[in-house]
Amino acid sequence: MIATLNLLIAVCLGYVALLFLVAFLAERAALRGRGAWLRSPVVYTLSLSIYCTAWTFYGAVGYAARAGLEYLTIYLGPTLVMIGWWWLLRKLVRIGRTQRLTSVADLVSSRYGKSPALAIFVTLIAAMGLMPYIALQLQSVTESFTTFARMDDSAMTLEDPRAIAFWVAAGLALFTILFGTRNLDANERHHGVVIAIAVEAVVKLFALLAVGVFVVWWVAGGVGPMLEKIDASPIRTWQMDGGRWAGLTILSAAAFLTLPRMFQVMVVENEDEGALRTASWAFPLYLMLMSLFVVPIAVVGLEMMPQGANPDMFVLSVPLSQGQDMLALLSFLGGFSSATSMVIVAAIALATMLSNHLVMPLWLRFTGGGAVISGDVRGVVIQARRISIISVMGFGYLYYRLSGGGTALASIGLVSFVGLAQVLPAMMGGIFWRGATRIGALVGLGIGFVLWLWCMLLPSLGEGSIIPAHVMAHGPFGMGWLRPYALFGIDGLDPLVHAILWTLLLNTAGFVLGSLVTFPTPLERLQGAQFVNVFQHSNNPQSWSGGIAQSEDLMVMAQRILGASEAQALFQDEAARQGLKGYLPEPTPDFLALLERRLSGSVGAATAHAMVGQIMGAATVSVEDLLAVADETAQMMEYSSQLETKSEELVRTARQLRAANEKLTKLSVQKDAFLSQISHELRTPMTSIRAFSEILRDLGLNPDEQKKYAGIIHDEAIRLTRLLDDLLDLSVLENGQVHLNVRSCVLAEVLDHAQAAAGAQDGTLRIRRRRISEEVMLTTDGDRLSQVFINLVANARKYCDASAPVLTISVRSDGAMLTVDFVDNGSGIPAEAQDMVFEKFSRVSDQKAGGAGLGLAICREIMARLGGSVGYLPGQGGGAFRVSIPIQGEVTMSQPASTQS
Amino acid sequence: MGKRVLVIEDEPNIIEAINFILSRDGWGVDTHSNGHDAVDVVLAKAPNLVILDVMLPGRSGYDILKDLRAHPQTAQLPVLMLTARGQNKDRDMAQRLGASRFMTKPFSNAEVLEALRSLVPQ
Repeated sequence: MIATLNLLIAVCLGYVALLFLVAFLAERAALRGRGAWLRSPVVYTLSLSIYCTAWTFYGAVGYAARAGLEYLTIYLGPTLVMIGWWWLLRKLVRIGRTQRLTSVADLVSSRYGKSPALAIFVTLIAAMGLMPYIALQLQSVTESFTTFARMDDSAMTLEDPRAIAFWVAAGLALFTILFGTRNLDANERHHGVVIAIAVEAVVKLFALLAVGVFVVWWVAGGVGPMLEKIDASPIRTWQMDGGRWAGLTILSAAAFLTLPRMFQVMVVENEDEGALRTASWAFPLYLMLMSLFVVPIAVVGLEMMPQGANPDMFVLSVPLSQGQDMLALLSFLGGFSSATSMVIVAAIALATMLSNHLVMPLWLRFTGGGAVISGDVRGVVIQARRISIISVMGFGYLYYRLSGGGTALASIGLVSFVGLAQVLPAMMGGIFWRGATRIGALVGLGIGFVLWLWCMLLPSLGEGSIIPAHVMAHGPFGMGWLRPYALFGIDGLDPLVHAILWTLLLNTAGFVLGSLVTFPTPLERLQGAQFVNVFQHSNNPQSWSGGIAQSEDLMVMAQRILGASEAQALFQDEAARQGLKGYLPEPTPDFLALLERRLSGSVGAATAHAMVGQIMGAATVSVEDLLAVADETAQMMEYSSQLETKSEELVRTARQLRAANEKLTKLSVQKDAFLSQISHELRTPMTSIRAFSEILRDLGLNPDEQKKYAGIIHDEAIRLTRLLDDLLDLSVLENGQVHLNVRSCVLAEVLDHAQAAAGAQDGTLRIRRRRISEEVMLTTDGDRLSQVFINLVANARKYCDASAPVLTISVRSDGAMLTVDFVDNGSGIPAEAQDMVFEKFSRVSDQKAGGAGLGLAICREIMARLGGSVGYLPGQGGGAFRVSIPIQGEVTMSQPASTQS
Repeated sequence: MGKRVLVIEDEPNIIEAINFILSRDGWGVDTHSNGHDAVDVVLAKAPNLVILDVMLPGRSGYDILKDLRAHPQTAQLPVLMLTARGQNKDRDMAQRLGASRFMTKPFSNAEVLEALRSLVPQ
């Protein structure tokens, strides 16, 4: 045997040195900007293969040897996620990039309002879930060493496997520190690590395929004989347990999404969303190849190896037993690759969480943040990560020691999976349900965590090690429903299915209920929207990767806000100042500050800052930013509402002016019409007077003619005088300068006087009255009232067109008001003219009946003065007017009736 | 002689005055006092000249003038318009519609006779 332990160690060191070289070259290439191939989908897909750890490499064969095809479920979950939930991964990646997330803990914390409590909680769960996993890797590497050692005849006294595990742990810690914290910029991606992992992915796949090919075509002698062997093996008798299959598939899918190391390579290290598209088919293919020869190796191993040989080591021990040292070495390197790649990435991921969410907050609290100002935070971060890595390894080693190092690899892995799966409800709820709250996430995680401890982690440490045997059998304090493997009395379930069922069920229930009964804070709402609607919020995820692309985006934004010409001038000037051709300058800090100042002139400082920050990809918009934006918006709204008020006032004033103008125009038209009317009314009698005066002046008229024409002149002069009287009367009444002579009078007497004055005694008009109803005492101006009555009686006399005209005057009293109706038996006033009769110069009929048409207008004014009214009474058959007078009349000082305003 | 004038006017006293003046001057005078059928009366009486008031019951003098000018039989008929609304716009209106002469009330008798004589050559 040439494969001595020393040789193995030398091979390991040489292999590690090779990885170092690859990583170093990759990082140098990335620094020089020639790292495009680093972002290729193939590298991305291979980096995902850290899902396949030593557990997969060694453990899957052991799993198959013990439990048949069940090992497939571990591949089935991720395959389903990759193929069926590709969009979910894309969403995760997009969120991770837009929010600049560094870990699973960061994701959950950031989603629920940047809650430190959640971050610490998830970090702790991840750390606890990771311990068994690290232990698993230590165990597998240690076992592979001892496997070689057993074969080694000339072996030095077999060292304590625990010592080997310790040295492996120490070596891996060193390896991880050198790799994972070499780069001083703690937030950047680890190009070197990713490339090293990709190389390791190829090595482990190649190694497993090589062993598989060797087993099938060399040992078994081809596919046919191999199938016969499988048929004859105990694996054939394996029975499928539906519950375990479903549970394990779900579990592996959940773990694929929540494992910190998977998040690290899938989201944090992702530089091109498009790579996911390739990975969605390439990664399942990789998993398929990894699982292809598991059963043949297990079958051959079971057949060839002595009873009691560890099936987990078949991949190594079968080639060794056949004397294929080189193949065994390759296989060893494959297993070593699986373990180291997983440990490195997991440690980096966990160290990031520990330092960001646990160490740094504590350090900042104790140092009062003074160092933030002096600027050596980076060093502190790096130190924190190094210490975290050492701690992770240390605890992993401790777990390995505690668990005795004898447990099957697969079952340790499952403990870890279930622990990390507890993050799933909060994570999925967080990116798909805006109603999810911090409290809900804490409650769900808390329930899941406690149940996981009780039902899975603690029992897995060994019967009686932490949980006493009687508690396992009868529950704590004799409470049977709290037995770790039979919660709530659900007995007889497989412990794993039992744990998956209860942890995830109650975790989800707690999360949903907790979210429903609590309200999210504003920051939670904001982050919830950013996460759930990440595709609306980030249309251009590539934007921060290139300077020119950023400048273009800034330009587009600046044009929208400043206007095209101003923005172009600004950018061109800056480009010229930087000595660049074209119009796009480098987005230097100075330029960004300048741009921000210019933008803030238009949209406010906070908004400008948020906009530039958004384009430059500088974290997300903080709540303070948003509040400042809201303040600015409020100010602008206040200002604009003031403007609005002013403009409303202007509109109102303009409307009033327009109304006033219209009124003046109307008044002017009315005045014109009035003057025209007066002119007509005055000129008409004047015409007769002048014409006959000239006729009389001429000689040669006989005395009859002289007398007749002098009579006409006289009548027309009277008519003129009456017209002038009416005009004056109306003017006085309208101006309110009228003097009323209020005294007691009897209605009947006023009517008698009016009847006489209207010339109604000539018998042309018969007047019907009921004197008894007219014996009413009034307090009013009797002369003015009489003037109204005279007009109404005279109108009836002039206009009633009945052959035997009759005017009926009837009086009614309701206590306060007296109504006197004048109804004649003529044809009345046409409906369309009824409104007009009280207007000046309106004559109802075409017939010439004397008068200028001022009578009723005067009546209306008088009645308004007397506190009563006069109106036309339609539907009485003939012409009908109603006069209302207050019995105890007060002289009203109200506006005259004709004044419209 | 035998020249005939139709006076369309609604004020009885003015009709009487014009009738007296024109008759004394040797004109044959017909009178009509509302606007409704004034155009028909003009066509029926076929006078040598029409004296037309603007403000008439039933129909405005302007409308009557428009109809007369639109009718071939009366398109060239001399029309003397009288109005008591002595504003410039009334004069403009009358001229635009084709009034032969426009006079504002009150008028002088001599002026009316002179206008008639100039409009209807003896």
